[in-house]
Amino acid sequence: MIEFTLWDILRNLLLATRWTVVLSLVSFLGGGIVGLALLFLRISKRKSLRSLAKYYIELFQGTPLLMQLFIAFFGLGLFGIDVPAWLAAGLALVLWTAAFLGEIWRGCVEAVAKGQWEASASLGMGWLQQMRYVILPQAMKVAVPPTVGFSVQVIKGTALTSIIGFVELSKAGTVVTNATFQPFTVYGLVALIYFALCWPLSKSSQILERKLNVAHRNH
Amino acid sequence: MNYHFEFGWLLEYYPQIGKGIGITAELIAVGAVAGISLGICCAWVRALGPAWLKPVVAAYVELIRNTPFLIQLFFVFFGLPSLGLQLSELQAANIAMIVNLGAYSCEIIRAGIQATPRGQFEAGASLAMTRFETFRHVILVPSLQRIWPALSSQVVIVMLGSAVVSQIAAEDLTFAANFIQSRTFRAFEAYIVSTIIYLALAILLRQALAIIGGFIFPRRTAR
Repeated sequence: MIEFTLWDILRNLLLATRWTVVLSLVSFLGGGIVGLALLFLRISKRKSLRSLAKYYIELFQGTPLLMQLFIAFFGLGLFGIDVPAWLAAGLALVLWTAAFLGEIWRGCVEAVAKGQWEASASLGMGWLQQMRYVILPQAMKVAVPPTVGFSVQVIKGTALTSIIGFVELSKAGTVVTNATFQPFTVYGLVALIYFALCWPLSKSSQILERKLNVAHRNH
Repeated sequence: MNYHFEFGWLLEYYPQIGKGIGITAELIAVGAVAGISLGICCAWVRALGPAWLKPVVAAYVELIRNTPFLIQLFFVFFGLPSLGLQLSELQAANIAMIVNLGAYSCEIIRAGIQATPRGQFEAGASLAMTRFETFRHVILVPSLQRIWPALSSQVVIVMLGSAVVSQIAAEDLTFAANFIQSRTFRAFEAYIVSTIIYLALAILLRQALAIIGGFIFPRRTAR
């Protein structure tokens, strides 16, 4: 029987961590773009668009991410589209992330004082101009801490893609466990790697939030 | 597209689906009660507990909040037996959910406790209440009332997260969907239907928690 050293295990896990990082980045960036579109729908003047975005968000926040992954992976295949695991994983995570980011950002836009809308309207600005020059710059400041905080959820969410067969950190953990029969060590290490990825983000989100609160108290 | 949707045949599998819903419900019921209790204990430690215990609880909370639930579940189910702790799938799922919700609810409840004005402690002491009585009546209950909405959504999140316990063969709703999918190869129908059931469960759970909240905290003036 082959003996595996701790370094063998760790090296394989770290190699797989690259895919966790890549998938997290893709989901976060893609989700950010779709989430921004969702935000615009959610705060648009047309009621139909607003409720469309509301139902989208309700649907994605009210169902398990795992089910969304299954539907993307098994479901799309039925339409004759050959869906590789990475595509299903990326697609589901982007749509899921977008729902959460859209809702977080809506809260931030609504946190901007109503007088700002009226003031910019009285300057003869159109809706797009108001958003671009007055509302979004102020909302963005409030949005940074919860957005950074949510990125932790995205990284943890990528762990589920192992279930549909995308080889990232969690899947590598299972594979290495099956080879080494050391689940305690392997899953312990996997958890520590996730922790090393997520904790700095959690911490910086907290620090940013504290800074923002201090800035607001001075007004 | 030449795929025909049929949902009628799913009725045949109602025992599996029913059992799956039952287990998901049982998991979240046990997880919520025990998890929130654990969260209250941890929040007490972080707010008023002995100094040596505080960093232990802080480490527990940070560790759980920054690792995926799936890995926590695998660690409990596959990892702990090597320490001599054999667990059934359901026990492992229960433990993982309690430990997970415990950490999140600790943070939420602690935020509620921190928002309590300092004067409340002193007011409690001036009424000759012991430290425990003050915590129980003056600090904890109003704090819980304040953060109940946040706690409710966390419980819903944990319920949706429980879909992954099917991966250690705990026979929850997702397990039923996987079973049906592997029997019939009708993946789309099986997963769509179970997704809708999850959505209904989430909405129901949210309503139930709102009602329970109204029950535990009757007509207190919220402040």
